[in-house]
Amino acid sequence: MSTRTALTVPRLRRLDPLGALLAAAGAVAAVFLPFVVLKSNRIVPGDPRALLEVLPAWGALGCQVILICAALAALRVSNPRVRLGAALLGVVAVALAVAAAGDALTPAGNKVVRVSPGAGFWVLLVCLGLMATDATTRMRPGPGLRVLLLAVSIAVAGLALAHGTFDHLSVMREYAVNADRFAREARQHVWLALGSLAAAVLVALPTGILCHRVPRLRSGVLGTLNVIQTIPAIALFGILMAPLGALAAAVPLAAALGIRGIGAAPAAVALFLYSLLPIAANTVAGLKRVPRAAVEAARGMGMTSWQILTGIELILALPVILTGIRIVLVQNIGMVTVAALIGGGGLGTFVFQGIGQTAIDLVLLGAIPIVTLAFSAAVVLDALAEVLDRARQ
Amino acid sequence: MPGVAAILRFAALALLLAFLLMPQSFAPLFAPLTQYGAPPIYDQGNLLTLALAHLGLVCCAAAASTIVAVGLGIVVTRPSGAQFLPLSRTLVNIGQTFPPVAVLAVTVPLVGFGEKPTLIALFAYGLLPIFENTIVALQTCPPQVLEAASGMGMSARQRLLSVELPLALPLILEGIRLSLVINIGTATIGSTVAAKGLGEVIIAGLLSNNNAFILQGGLVTGLMAILLYDALAGLERRICRTAHLE
Repeated sequence: MSTRTALTVPRLRRLDPLGALLAAAGAVAAVFLPFVVLKSNRIVPGDPRALLEVLPAWGALGCQVILICAALAALRVSNPRVRLGAALLGVVAVALAVAAAGDALTPAGNKVVRVSPGAGFWVLLVCLGLMATDATTRMRPGPGLRVLLLAVSIAVAGLALAHGTFDHLSVMREYAVNADRFAREARQHVWLALGSLAAAVLVALPTGILCHRVPRLRSGVLGTLNVIQTIPAIALFGILMAPLGALAAAVPLAAALGIRGIGAAPAAVALFLYSLLPIAANTVAGLKRVPRAAVEAARGMGMTSWQILTGIELILALPVILTGIRIVLVQNIGMVTVAALIGGGGLGTFVFQGIGQTAIDLVLLGAIPIVTLAFSAAVVLDALAEVLDRARQ
Repeated sequence: MPGVAAILRFAALALLLAFLLMPQSFAPLFAPLTQYGAPPIYDQGNLLTLALAHLGLVCCAAAASTIVAVGLGIVVTRPSGAQFLPLSRTLVNIGQTFPPVAVLAVTVPLVGFGEKPTLIALFAYGLLPIFENTIVALQTCPPQVLEAASGMGMSARQRLLSVELPLALPLILEGIRLSLVINIGTATIGSTVAAKGLGEVIIAGLLSNNNAFILQGGLVTGLMAILLYDALAGLERRICRTAHLE
């Protein structure tokens, strides 16, 4: 306990350097940068509005009080729980303020006016997010708590979206226009990422086991898979289009199955190829980590080599294999975005459409769900690997 | 085995150079992929110029991200910056879940079309692997070595420059290699926002339904990525070897 007091006392006396940096950046953003941008339609340049201009007096005051409390907590409080609470309260306040600004600036029934969050909002959100992230990191939450925090955050955000809190903001305007397509592309995105992952597990797991058993194969096989990894996604998609197109032209059955040079097929094949290396390499690494004594003991008990593989080796190697699967899933969710370029669908469709129209709202409509998906996949699989790793010991 | 690898490497380099310098001599190879008499070799620009522009873009971004990432990595591993270390770690982990395309896409509406958004996105995304490897490398320096250095009367600055950084170099180089390879791919997508590069060839092929263009763009970028990866891996091995000999 004595070391702990020694650590906390000086921290209380002087300012927390990270907190000071975040509070300063947040204060500058709140005072000098536009909180929202008002556009009379989707194309024209926007008209910046400050926090005080867009909210009713009591709302602006409340929001500022909460932000000042968060800043004080960042500067003076060392207890991570308090810091996390203050940061999350700040996030909620800023989000509600931007939603209220959207409501206040949109004339009733007007569907042309666009209210986008401005630079001030984003900087504030990043500062508060960093504060929350830092506090969470210092709390060292276990795997269960991490998943719970993620689930609660997503549920709160989802409820707010479903309730229509943000309906007057530009991103949600884009969503309202594209609602049915959004559901379809999101399903396609998840389907492509998970489908290629499943296929890759079916192939890479046996390959990894084989490479473990036959060391001569190892460098050749893993080296080849490594070369595939270095080929840029769009290039591999392009390269695969030619043979798949030829296959569809030559084999009517392939065409009937939906295999074509353009569309989801080359994307799925490319993602599958990219997924092989991390899973195969981690299978080899995981199996290498299995203690020789465990295998010997199992053999002494009269287990067959198949029983040893499925009952001992794979179970013990599972955490490492799962880490490989996590890498692949996060990577796939990101790469499916590029598939939109070759007609493969997915949320990337909105991203590239948005780039084409310089409509950042449309880009965000694609990019935010992609990042959320990838982040959630990483948190959940990390937690799972940690739980399994603990169970193993 | 090293013989085979050397031959493959040389063949890949020769093929790449031959194609970039005399693309027309490969026309008969690509002709079967085109339809309705479309040109078999990309003709809307010089392939060599595009490849150099592509490489230039990637290298500029990588140089900038190396300077910033190594600098930041040094700052957060010093005692004065220790407060920022846990956060930087978490940020690196979170950052890796961002797809490079998303970074690129968000930059475009902010700074407009052309080289600028691509450069910014490549810079931002390239930071992560280098930063992460710098932190790991500087933190895993053997404590005995550091104590010996202090015992010899080295100042903190001398210790950093002549002990810690040389020891960390192989891992930092690995980070640079990773970020270069990722960026060669991302720069291809930069062509969708009008950056000059090899993506132009692929996009032209996608737009005019010309498989020959797509294949050319894909093969040239792929070969460049593989050769660069291989060359940097060789450089790393050489540096490691000299470090161990000393």
